[in-house]
Amino acid sequence: MIPEIGHIALILALCMSLAQSFFPLVGAHKGIPSWVALAKPAARANLLFVLVAYGCLTYSFLVHDFSVAYVAQNSNTKLPTLYQISGVWGAHEGSLLFWALTLSVWTAAVSFFSRSVPDVMVARVLGVMGLVTVGFLLFMLLTSNPFDRLLNPPMEGRELNPLLQDPGLAIHPPMLYMGYVGFSVAFAFAIAAMLGGRLDAAWARWSRPWTNVAWVFLTLGIALGSWWAYYELGWGGWWFWDPVENASFMPWIVGTALMHSLAVTEKRGAFKAWTVLLAIFAFSLSLLGTFLVRSGVLTSVHAFATDPARGVFILMFLGVVIGGSLMLYSWRANQIKSTVKFDLVSRETALLMNNVILVVTACSILLGTLYPLLLDALGAGKISVGPPYFNSVFVPLTVPLAILVGVGALMRWKQDDAALLFKKVWIYLVVSIVLGLLLPAVFAPTYSFGAALGVGLAIWVLLTSFNWLLDRASGGRGLLQVIRNTPRGAWGMLCGHSGVAIFIIGVSLTSIYSVEKDVRVEAGQSYNLGGYDFLFHGVENFRGPNYQGARGTIEIFKDGEPVTTVYPEKRNYTTGMPMTEAGIDAGLTRDLFVALGEPLGDSGAWALRLYHKPFIRWIWLGGIFMALGGLLAASDQRYFRLARKARLAAADQVTAGAA
Amino acid sequence: MKARHKRLGFVLAGLVGLGLATWLVMNALENNLSYFFSPTEVAGNKAPKDHVFRLGGLVQPGSLQRGQELTIRFTVTDNAHNVNVAYTGILPDLFQEGQGVIAQGRMGADGVFVADEVLAKHDENYMPPEVADALQKSHNAATGAN
Repeated sequence: MIPEIGHIALILALCMSLAQSFFPLVGAHKGIPSWVALAKPAARANLLFVLVAYGCLTYSFLVHDFSVAYVAQNSNTKLPTLYQISGVWGAHEGSLLFWALTLSVWTAAVSFFSRSVPDVMVARVLGVMGLVTVGFLLFMLLTSNPFDRLLNPPMEGRELNPLLQDPGLAIHPPMLYMGYVGFSVAFAFAIAAMLGGRLDAAWARWSRPWTNVAWVFLTLGIALGSWWAYYELGWGGWWFWDPVENASFMPWIVGTALMHSLAVTEKRGAFKAWTVLLAIFAFSLSLLGTFLVRSGVLTSVHAFATDPARGVFILMFLGVVIGGSLMLYSWRANQIKSTVKFDLVSRETALLMNNVILVVTACSILLGTLYPLLLDALGAGKISVGPPYFNSVFVPLTVPLAILVGVGALMRWKQDDAALLFKKVWIYLVVSIVLGLLLPAVFAPTYSFGAALGVGLAIWVLLTSFNWLLDRASGGRGLLQVIRNTPRGAWGMLCGHSGVAIFIIGVSLTSIYSVEKDVRVEAGQSYNLGGYDFLFHGVENFRGPNYQGARGTIEIFKDGEPVTTVYPEKRNYTTGMPMTEAGIDAGLTRDLFVALGEPLGDSGAWALRLYHKPFIRWIWLGGIFMALGGLLAASDQRYFRLARKARLAAADQVTAGAA
Repeated sequence: MKARHKRLGFVLAGLVGLGLATWLVMNALENNLSYFFSPTEVAGNKAPKDHVFRLGGLVQPGSLQRGQELTIRFTVTDNAHNVNVAYTGILPDLFQEGQGVIAQGRMGADGVFVADEVLAKHDENYMPPEVADALQKSHNAATGAN
């Protein structure tokens, strides 16, 4: 009974989202206030129905209702409760339902937190989001219904993919989805503004906090995914340029460009057309990501067995969304010309370059991801594009970006003096070059110009970013006063840009100085790697709740002093699926990582994978700083002030009406 | 500086940047593509002798040899032809006899494929599309010959 209620709730949600898109969009076009007023209640009702459906599926998981095919495939009675809850989004159908839920949450959030936006605009935004919801709910109901029943329900379910039985992965997809789907708000604002023919600074101001929050979720989602891959896959890598990783990274890059271009549009009224395009692309790339992950066309560590009908549906959906919005764009393009002028040396130019570099980067990643698919479709052979391609394109493109990060913020809007600017920063230039060249020579085991470049760039980014504060203090105000007066948005920028610096240090030092070795050791044998001695004590067998395990004990010494002991595991789940759990000793300046391979021969020898990874934590730390920056920027007072002003204005009207 | 010059400057800088990026991308693609070949194609001498490529098929049941040392030997088959593979290191968790596998590496002089990377998938039901395709082809060839 409960699954049927869920199914009906989904159908009702579809009806609701049809109403949510039809009436407000037509009402806004024809000027029918009662139709416009339907937008908000419809959006909230939609959320309610999707919530009911989601609740029903979760309930079916919790009561082990194996007559529901999806539950039978992804859960069993021995599965810990936490993973029964996270198992709901562990496979295709459920993750789509989760996607729809996320979309409804964002839509309802827009309906609640847009008091400063005119009703007609909100109606259009909700209408566009309603259309996207229609697409997703149709997709689910037509090709991947999570409530499908089995005629002969099994006594026991299969198992949630053991890789997903991990707290990190329980929260990685929700974060990622919140980010992906969050770009639909920026997209809907852009489309709504084009429909209304009003693309001004106000539009940019409304969509900025939404874009920031979506970007924060995406940043955290990607960082979590990378962290999870690092400790759960047992490969010790943190980024594989896997097509599915790229699928989440491309919207992130374009979203980053969008955040910066929205700033220009809001503050200066420039780049309007470009910003609209970016909003369309950021969301289209999110959809493309879903297509890539869910259609099964990719050879990827993330690709799960799927059905081609789904791929065709998403491809059509993608075509409609991209085609439709680009058509609207070309129709409206002549009206959204920016007329604002700016000089060659100005903050606008810096942000323009930031945007160009980011978009070119995203395009080159897109090319590397889709090229194999393209060649295959043309029958020109099956190829794969390896990580070296992405590294050799990504690194040279992002170095100029890092050089620009801090300086761009120092430049003035509209026009600046290059000589004056150079006078401000030359000392930082010298300091970063000297420190960059010096630090690796002093601290690193071997000298590397890559490390010098990384360290120098990071110092440069930090110094130029914080000079921005000093710059504000130069007008006779004390530093303390400046710190108190600096708006949250600016703190967000500083924090985010510091994150970039931390990330650069992490990436460059980890990629250059990591040591990795697969070795054969017998119990009592020791192996030296990266200045550490790894002493292998042997392997013991044990039983877990739903798996058989083997646990190794490795004691690690440095210069004869014990540092730590790690316990890597190898598990065989009841479904027969094996898993590796690495033993990791984490530290701010280095991680020690041990994974168990296989037993070799009968002498008790094992294959072990050993890693020494300097500064790897800084990669994720950088991500956290960036996300924090985005959050600070999104919570800037002026957005709340706007809302308050609108509320007061509305209250005034009411009292005036009453009087 | 006149507005016209400025625009010219922007356009030129843009073109130079774009050209540079294109060159980077093309260069990187050129050097980092690896083609996929099935055992049948390898047997027909279609695979490059001096370049990295990807070999895919099923791990022949009973062919896996683990020794005292880290080097592992197995045979990749598409049910028509076989290729022997040697790999030094730790295999992915889901590597199993009878399962689909993709190995990246190059052909040794002795006819053994020396892999530097072996890929198996997250999901035990998943078959890499290339492998599924190669198996289908060799199956068709076999039934067509009958």
